[in-house]
Amino acid sequence: MPREDRLRPPDWPGGRSAAPERGFSVIGKRNRKLEGLAKVTGRAIYADDITLPRMLHAKLKRSIHAHARLRSIDASAALAMPGVHAVITGRDLPEYFGIIPWTQDEQALCESKARYVGDAIAAVAADSEYLADEALARIRIDYEPLPAVTSIDEALAHPEWRVNEKSAEGNISKHVHLAFGDVEGELERSDVVLEGDYWYEGSTHAPIEPHCCVADFDATGFLTLYSSTQVAHYLHRDLAKVLGLPIQRIRVIQPVVGGAFGGKSDPFSLEFCASKLSMITGRPVKILYTREEVFYAHRGRHPMRLHYRTGIRRDGTLTGVDARIAIDGGAYSSFGLVTTYYSGQLLTAPYRLPAYRFDSTRVFTNKPCCGPKRGHGSVQPRFAFECQIDKLAEAIGRDPIEVRRTNFMGEHTHTVNGMRVTSNGFLECLDQVERASQWKQKFRRLPYGRGVGVAGSMYISGTNYCIYPNEMPQSGVQLKLDRSGRATVFCGASDIGQGSDSVLAYIVAEELGLSLGDIRVVAADTDLTPVDLGSYSSRETFMVGNACLDAARKLRELVAGTLAERWGCAASEITLAAGVACSMRDPKRHAMSVKDAFQLAESRLGTLGSVGWYQSPKLGGDYRGGTIGASPAYSFTAHVAEVDCDPETGVVTVKKIWVAHDCGRALNPVAVEGQMEGSAYMGFAEALMEEQVFKPATPAHGAGLHHGPSLLDYRIPTSLDTPELESLIVESVDPEGPYGAKEAGEGPLHPSIPAIANAIHDALGIRCDALPFHPPRVLGLLRGGDPRAAWAKARAGLARQGGGTGC
Amino acid sequence: MATLTPTLCRLNVNGEARTCAVAPNATLLDVLRYDLGLTGSKQGCDKGDCGACTVVADGEPVLACISLAIASEGRKITTIEGVAEAGRPHPLQDAFDVTGGAQCGFCTPGILMSAWALLQRNPDPTRAEIAHALSGNLCRCTGYTKIFEAVERAAIELKARA
Repeated sequence: MPREDRLRPPDWPGGRSAAPERGFSVIGKRNRKLEGLAKVTGRAIYADDITLPRMLHAKLKRSIHAHARLRSIDASAALAMPGVHAVITGRDLPEYFGIIPWTQDEQALCESKARYVGDAIAAVAADSEYLADEALARIRIDYEPLPAVTSIDEALAHPEWRVNEKSAEGNISKHVHLAFGDVEGELERSDVVLEGDYWYEGSTHAPIEPHCCVADFDATGFLTLYSSTQVAHYLHRDLAKVLGLPIQRIRVIQPVVGGAFGGKSDPFSLEFCASKLSMITGRPVKILYTREEVFYAHRGRHPMRLHYRTGIRRDGTLTGVDARIAIDGGAYSSFGLVTTYYSGQLLTAPYRLPAYRFDSTRVFTNKPCCGPKRGHGSVQPRFAFECQIDKLAEAIGRDPIEVRRTNFMGEHTHTVNGMRVTSNGFLECLDQVERASQWKQKFRRLPYGRGVGVAGSMYISGTNYCIYPNEMPQSGVQLKLDRSGRATVFCGASDIGQGSDSVLAYIVAEELGLSLGDIRVVAADTDLTPVDLGSYSSRETFMVGNACLDAARKLRELVAGTLAERWGCAASEITLAAGVACSMRDPKRHAMSVKDAFQLAESRLGTLGSVGWYQSPKLGGDYRGGTIGASPAYSFTAHVAEVDCDPETGVVTVKKIWVAHDCGRALNPVAVEGQMEGSAYMGFAEALMEEQVFKPATPAHGAGLHHGPSLLDYRIPTSLDTPELESLIVESVDPEGPYGAKEAGEGPLHPSIPAIANAIHDALGIRCDALPFHPPRVLGLLRGGDPRAAWAKARAGLARQGGGTGC
Repeated sequence: MATLTPTLCRLNVNGEARTCAVAPNATLLDVLRYDLGLTGSKQGCDKGDCGACTVVADGEPVLACISLAIASEGRKITTIEGVAEAGRPHPLQDAFDVTGGAQCGFCTPGILMSAWALLQRNPDPTRAEIAHALSGNLCRCTGYTKIFEAVERAAIELKARA
C-alpha cells in the first residue's frame, strides 16, 4: 500500500468536518476543561511540586561575560563543601544538541567558550538549593574576554568576531532568498509603490512558571525526567544523544505546565544537567530556574529589521511585495532556520499577492538565543506588512478594511509561494470587527488623540515540515475502553494550558456518547503515550484532534456494529450520546446504557481498544524550503483596535481590541475565546510595553547584561493595563480539520500590533514603525514633524475618495 | 545561609495549628510548599513581582515569597487549599473553572486568593475594583477578561447564597 494511503485516516461518512445528523452533544458546547478543578483548587502538580526521596538540588554557574574563552575551571573548593555531591562542566556533556537536526550547535554546558551573559558553564548538585548557590560562588572560572557582538550591524560588520563556530560563514546563522512571480514588473505596473523601514523589538514569553525539572536515574540504569517542556518527544531524543543513553531507557514525563508560549520548546541546559547529576550521584536531582535565569534562557521573539516595498493600484489591488529582513538570532540556532523562512513564507495570505520576494538573514550575536514565541517568525513581518497596507490605503484615499476586502484571496486556492489554502473565513472576520467596533462611525472621524486601526493575518494549523526526517505519523492516539464504562486516551500531546487534553476528551465523549467525567487522558509521557510531536506551530487541535477522531471512530464502529447485529438494524442507525446507546429508528425498544454496550461489544469482540493517527498530506511548494509554512489548514484573523492617546505625554491607552478569528469550528468556545483574548493581550503587550533588550558596555560591566531580568522591570501588562478584549468567533468549517476545527492559539496575536499602530496614526497622524510604542517614542514622533497636518490630510484624502460613510 | 540554626515556628494555616522547624530566613512560601506540603501556592519570581505566591493573612492578601515564615506567626493564614468548603470547590473556584479563568493555572491560586480576600471585604465589586484588587497578580495566558467574569460570577453566586 502506498505510504500516503497507509497513513491517511479512512474517509468517514460525511467527512471529518461533518456534524452528526442529530447535531453535536459535546462539541461546540461551553464545557469545562478536564483539569480545571485541579488547577483552581491548587491540586494540579507542576514540576516544582514534585519532591522525591533523597532528592538533591542543583544550580547552574553562568557566564558573566557576553563572549569569553574559558581558560580553566576550578571547582575543587565547591566540591570540598559538606553537602555538595557533584560538580559537572562542559567536558562531562560534550555532545552537541539542538531542536533542528541540521543546526545542532548547543552544549548543555559550554566547553571552551561562553557566548552570552548567562551561558551555562558548570552545575552543582547539593543537599539544598541554598547550599548549591553557595557552592556556585566557590567555582573559579578563568575567562579570556573576547570582543562581543551585540547587534545585527556589529554581527555583519565583524565576521571575524565569530560568535558561533558552527556557522558556515562569519556570523550568518541562515540566509534565505525566495522570489515568486514577477515582482519588479508588478511594482512597475503599480500606481503607488511605498517603501517602509520597520523595527520589531525582541520580547520574551515570560510564562509565570519558571523552567523546572526533576531527574531520577534508578539502580537499573533507567532515567525518568519530569520536565516543564512542551516538546517531550524532541527532548527525549536529545537526552539520549547528549547523555549517551539508549533512548528506550529514558522516560520523559511532562507534568502540568504553567505556561510556555514557545518558551519551553527547546531542550534546555537544566534537563541535561539534572539528568547527568542524577546519573553521577544515583539520587534524584531537581533544577528550578530563577526568574532571572528564565530571562536569559529566553528563546523568545527575534528582533527584526524589515524593509518593505509594496505596490498598489488605484482600484485597491495589491500588486507585489519586496521584503528585506535582518534577524537578530542571539548566540545559537534553536529554531532559527525555520524562523528565517517564516519571516517571509507566512505572509502571502489572506490577500492575493501576484508577486512576492523576500531576502532574510539571521545573524548570531552574543545575546541569549531567540526562538519561537507565539506566532513564530511571522508576527514581525505581519506588523510591517499590515502597516504598509494602511499607508497604501491612505495613499489612494481608500478605507483600509475595503482595501483588505478587495484583495481577499478566496478559499480553496493557492498562494503565490505554493501554499494550499482550504477554508477561509477572513471576509467574515473583517465584517465582524467592522460591525462590532462601529468602524464606519469612528475611522477618520474621532477627535484628535483618538483613533481606530485595523489589521488582518493568517496562521498555520500545524506544519507539514518534519523537524527530523521520518515517515511516521505526526500524531498518535491509543484509546482503551473499559467495561466499567470508562475510556482512557493515551496521547503524547502537550497541554500547556491551552487545553489539548480537553480536546481529546471532547472528541472521545462526542464519538462514544460518554460524559467528560468518564474519560481519563494520559498525555505527554514517553513510556505510556504514542508519539505526538508536541505543542508548537499551533498543531495540537488539528493534528491530535484528527488522530483522536480516527481512534474514536474505529471504536465507535465496533460498538455500533455489535449493537446493530443485536438489534437487527443498520450500524448507521445507532447513536451513542449522553450515556445511552440506541437505535434511532426504535429508541424505546432498542436502547441500553453505553456501559452495557461496551460490555456487549467486549463479549463479542474481546478487549476493546484502538489506535488512531494523523499525517498531513503532502503540501507546500516545489522548492527548497517549500514545506516550511505549508499547513493542512490556515486560520484567519482580523482586529480593530481603538486607542486614546495623550499628545502632551505620548501615553497611548488602548481602550479596546475587537478580535475576530476563523478557527474553523470552535470545539469549545470558552477555550477558543481564551486563546483569542490571551493572544490579543500578548500582542498588545509587545506593541506597547515589552522589550527584551540588553545593556551596552560601561566602565562598570561589559556588554550583554539584560536590561531588567525581572517581572517588575520587564514590563508585563497587569489587570489595570490590559484593554477590554472582545472575541468574535468565526467558523468556516475546514474540510480536513476535526469537525472542521483549525488553530486558535497563535494566529489571533498577529494583528494586535499593526492594528494598534494604525490606530495611533488615525488618532495622532504619526506612524509608529518601531516597537514598542512607549511614550518617549510617541513623543519623539509627535515632535519630529507636523502630525496635525498629516492627521488632517488623512481625513481629507478619505473624504475626497468617498471612502467614509459620506456623512 | 544553609548553616543558620532552625527555630521552631508555629503557624495557623487553613484553620490548623502547624509547627515546624525552619531557618530564620525561610520564607513563608518555602515553609508552605516544602515543609507543609501545601504546593498550591506557586513560586513564579521569588521576589514579590508576580503574585503567584499570594496567600491571605488575617484577611489581607500577602506575598508569601517575600514574607518570613517566623514573622507570620500569630496570623491566620489561608492558602488555596483552605478555600474549598466541606470538600466542595468554593463558588469562586467553580466560577474560575466554568468561565475559563484558568488556562495554565500557575497564577490561578494567587489570583484566587486576591479575589477571595476582595470578596470578603467587598461582596459586590465593580469591574474596576476587581481589576485594582488583582493588579498585583500577573496572568500571562488569559488577558484577564475571563478572570474578571469569574469574580463577577462568583460574587453573584455568593450574594444569592447569603
